[in-house]
Amino acid sequence: MPTAMSLEWPTDDFSRIPFAAYLDEDIYVEEQERIFRGPVWSYLALEAEIPNTGDFITTYVGDTPVLVNRQRDGQVSAFVNRCMHRGSMLKRECRGNATMHTCLYHQWAYDLTGQLRAVPFAKGHMGRGGLPPDFDIKSVKLTSMRVESYQGVLFGTFSDETEPLVDYLGDNVRAELDRVFNRPISLLGYQRQRILGNWKLYNDNVRDPNHGALLHMFHATFGLYRPTQRGGVKMDDRHRHNISYSMMGTSDDDADAEAFAGTQKVFDKGFRLEDPSMLQYDKEYPDDVSLTILSIFPNMVMQQITNSLCTRQIQTRGPGELELYWTYFGYTDDDEKMTQHRLNQANLVGPGGLISMEDGEAVEMVHRAVKREQDEHGIVEIGGKGEIADHDYLVTEIPIRGFWSYYYELMCIEAEQAA
Amino acid sequence: MGSGSERDAVVALMIDYVHLIDEDRLEDWVELFTDDCTYKILSRENVDAGYPLELLSCHNKGMLRDRVVSLREANLYNLHTDKHVLGMVRTHQESDGVWTAQANFSLYQSTLDGETDLFAVGTYRDRVVFDNGQPLFAEKIVVNDTFAVARMLSTPI
Ligand code: FES
Ligand SMILES: [Fe+2]
Repeated sequence: MPTAMSLEWPTDDFSRIPFAAYLDEDIYVEEQERIFRGPVWSYLALEAEIPNTGDFITTYVGDTPVLVNRQRDGQVSAFVNRCMHRGSMLKRECRGNATMHTCLYHQWAYDLTGQLRAVPFAKGHMGRGGLPPDFDIKSVKLTSMRVESYQGVLFGTFSDETEPLVDYLGDNVRAELDRVFNRPISLLGYQRQRILGNWKLYNDNVRDPNHGALLHMFHATFGLYRPTQRGGVKMDDRHRHNISYSMMGTSDDDADAEAFAGTQKVFDKGFRLEDPSMLQYDKEYPDDVSLTILSIFPNMVMQQITNSLCTRQIQTRGPGELELYWTYFGYTDDDEKMTQHRLNQANLVGPGGLISMEDGEAVEMVHRAVKREQDEHGIVEIGGKGEIADHDYLVTEIPIRGFWSYYYELMCIEAEQAA
Repeated sequence: MGSGSERDAVVALMIDYVHLIDEDRLEDWVELFTDDCTYKILSRENVDAGYPLELLSCHNKGMLRDRVVSLREANLYNLHTDKHVLGMVRTHQESDGVWTAQANFSLYQSTLDGETDLFAVGTYRDRVVFDNGQPLFAEKIVVNDTFAVARMLSTPI
């Protein structure tokens, strides 16, 4: 049975990624244990999705179904979405409001803290059947996660060992969340995308500023994002999270034309949209950053693409499938015009996004092609080898090495220590 | 035009719509819309929950044309052929030369290797106006029940 540790990791700067890590079923199971049930904070939802007592959403952490609700005391709790009786899924709806969670199978009822409250026919009928007298209803609780919130973003962990959320995020990520969640948000809606590829291929994708203008030619063509713009990447101390950022209007047309010469899709300075409204950036933060992709290990992305804001949650569906769950938002003080603008700019991203639709295809193409190449390795050298550190250029994929260094830590080093 | 033949023209427009997509004649497909048309693909999840977010939206013919130009020139997408199956059309005449129409559809996508998947099932909610006897979509709202989009949404539904 292969484990992540038994794979070949030929370089210690993670400039080589073993393809087997994307494909192997046993490694996938190990990841669910060591990562999604391990000492990390997984993104659950936004507080704005469950503002009132009893509001709930259902989601997945890795492939574990999770129920998140707001208790009477205003605290948010999260549970495995599974009944403690014989294991039925407790809540089937994606979202709603409930005072109790009653299992449909035999109607065991739990309160908002996950405490079992009622069992029908607990005493049986006419003194016969039912639960044995020593069965203690109070001792039955839903399996819960620890939940912490930062700036209205809810994270959960299954491990008692996980460091406090603020430390887990680190200064750079907190600053980015402070920047975008600087005032109350209002939800605009959801999108979902199913991709037949491994969940880590998507994590690689969002830590790869180099692909932005190469795979997504719309970007380069219309100047939203070009590799010659001012920008860079910032990580946390352990390089597991990353912020890629860039500033519109700072690119160098001649350098771009030269760099794109010989590429398949011709970079064309003269190409214009009939309706360029969706390319406009209404500057709304103190800095000049017009594009941010924040990736938080292991399952969250937050984007600011000009005025389009959303979180993306990566849910795993086995080694070969993932679902992306996109939650779009604006601010409660947006006027009608700004809301329309954000909706209009949602055309740029999501499964049908003019600058993001290609990611699904890219992930699938890798997953399909490496199937029989499990002993081979991907090359990650763009931007430099060796030390993993922040830098202020965009022709880079160094944050991918950061992701894998932490992956290795969880999957291999800690596994070794535990053994 | 009598209302019977107007109805026929509305249905014919809806049929042209799916065939032009399936034949990859997207430049001609754009010509089925009015200049200030609305074209939206909505996720049933958002429709049911009352959220305004679209999967794709165009607020005029220029934006539709931009989508097509972008698909042709900029986007790299999964190469495939589309096949729509259009259900029976329910029509309603709102006023002289203004109709609403609704029909269910399924859309299959086939790869270059000849594998076919059901890509989307949903409902068209259309508003059709007559301009010099010519029916055009003033509004085409696609409510997509298959809102967990497989791979990507490239060509229109
Ligand atoms: S499985 Fe839930 S009540 Fe029996
Ligand atoms: Fe991308």
